[in-house]
Amino acid sequence: MNLTLKIWRQKDSKAKGAVETYPISDISPDSSFLEMLDVLNESLVLKGIVPVAFDHDCREGICGMCSLYINGEAHGPDRKVTTCQLHMRMFKDGDTITIEPFRSAGFPVVKDLVVDRSAFDKIQQAGGYVSVNTSGNTQDANAIPIPKRDADMAFDAATCIGCGACVATCKNGSAMLFVSAKVSQFSLLPQGKVEADRRALNMVGKMDELGFGNCTNTGACEVECPKGISLDNIARMNSDFLKASIISEEK
Amino acid sequence: MSNSGLVKSSIGRKLVMALSGLFLLVFLLQHLIINLLSVISPTSFNEVSHFMGTNGIIQFAMQPILIGGIVIHYIMGIVLTIQNKKARPIAYIVDNQKANSTWISRNMIFTGLTILAFLVVHFIDFWIPEVVTKFINQDWSGLEDGIEGFRYHHELVGKFSGTRGIVKASVYTIAFTFLGLHLAHGFASTFQSVGFRHGKYTPTLVKIGKAYSVIVPLLFALIVWFHALVSAH
Repeated sequence: MNLTLKIWRQKDSKAKGAVETYPISDISPDSSFLEMLDVLNESLVLKGIVPVAFDHDCREGICGMCSLYINGEAHGPDRKVTTCQLHMRMFKDGDTITIEPFRSAGFPVVKDLVVDRSAFDKIQQAGGYVSVNTSGNTQDANAIPIPKRDADMAFDAATCIGCGACVATCKNGSAMLFVSAKVSQFSLLPQGKVEADRRALNMVGKMDELGFGNCTNTGACEVECPKGISLDNIARMNSDFLKASIISEEK
Repeated sequence: MSNSGLVKSSIGRKLVMALSGLFLLVFLLQHLIINLLSVISPTSFNEVSHFMGTNGIIQFAMQPILIGGIVIHYIMGIVLTIQNKKARPIAYIVDNQKANSTWISRNMIFTGLTILAFLVVHFIDFWIPEVVTKFINQDWSGLEDGIEGFRYHHELVGKFSGTRGIVKASVYTIAFTFLGLHLAHGFASTFQSVGFRHGKYTPTLVKIGKAYSVIVPLLFALIVWFHALVSAH
């Protein structure tokens, strides 16, 4: 395959940045998108050009590290995959592919296509956990009966890999899908329910503080999410948060 | 987070947007029912109009609440839009939004502001003349010289008569189309925002929302065209 790549190049977080065009040839349709970028970088190094910086880690679709806004969509045109699982056969020979970093006030660009997603860590630290006393005689989790449906929904929410595609996709740069998955994964289970009020208040508070936008229910996040996290979670977080703010005495 | 934080929070703002929207959905239905009377029974229309226009509770309690609801819905909509623009300071060069969301859901502020422009026209047509008659001229009788019974139906037909009536009906129809688009996303969205999503009821609510967004604006338009083409001649 022969392609034309239009890639966002930005020296560092303070530089202005601009799109550079790179032609690339002899790409196998069976290679992944990241492998294609590896080939590009190899050719750039040989020409003495600084290679394109992009995030990647496990390359098997579970770490949530690879990002990229490819031809106007987070993780490209395929559905329920991360960029490492996106294959070049999704494109046609001769295509022009525009590659941009995830754009959000909460995700500043570090270099080229690499963005700082530590805002998600800060939201997690605000309440995305269950407090457990490590006394040595912790109760067996399986001793508490949990309805199958709740367990399934909690598990589905827990499949969120925190890649940030929801924020990148949302026209409002809202992080509601991510935060709602993290809130739901715990609040659906008895172990997590105990701290549900405080968790919802603190995590939503942190999300707002970090400059993410407001949800307008377009549903774009759900479509682009590589793990298919459902909008059900957002509704659940809305109701959890409203209950916590209006009914509970938690501050 | 303290309780004052609720209104400042993203979800609290959504709640305000949803509740004021829900209130306006109910108001629309009431407005439509009265409008339908103007076609079915001019006498009943006159009686209801006189009651609505002269009843103290409606005039001095319900009407300010309604205006408040509209103002809050618009202010919140504009505040949210500004915040959302700020959340993405640098726009994408290529953004294929139609791959993952509908035009309607992405353009609520546009359809909303179009409806606001219509509200100005609508207020000039109906609301301001009523305010002038009642509050400036102090005429609460609902009567007019040369008209048998109340004046309301006669005035309504007069406003849609002749070529001007056709133009007005066309403008109203365009506005109703935008209203329909706004409702098509707004109705079901309201329930999602307040956190109501249920495997059994949500699919039905979505269907009701779609039906509402087509039937209500369509009936409003048909009533206007009935007066422009039938009553006025």
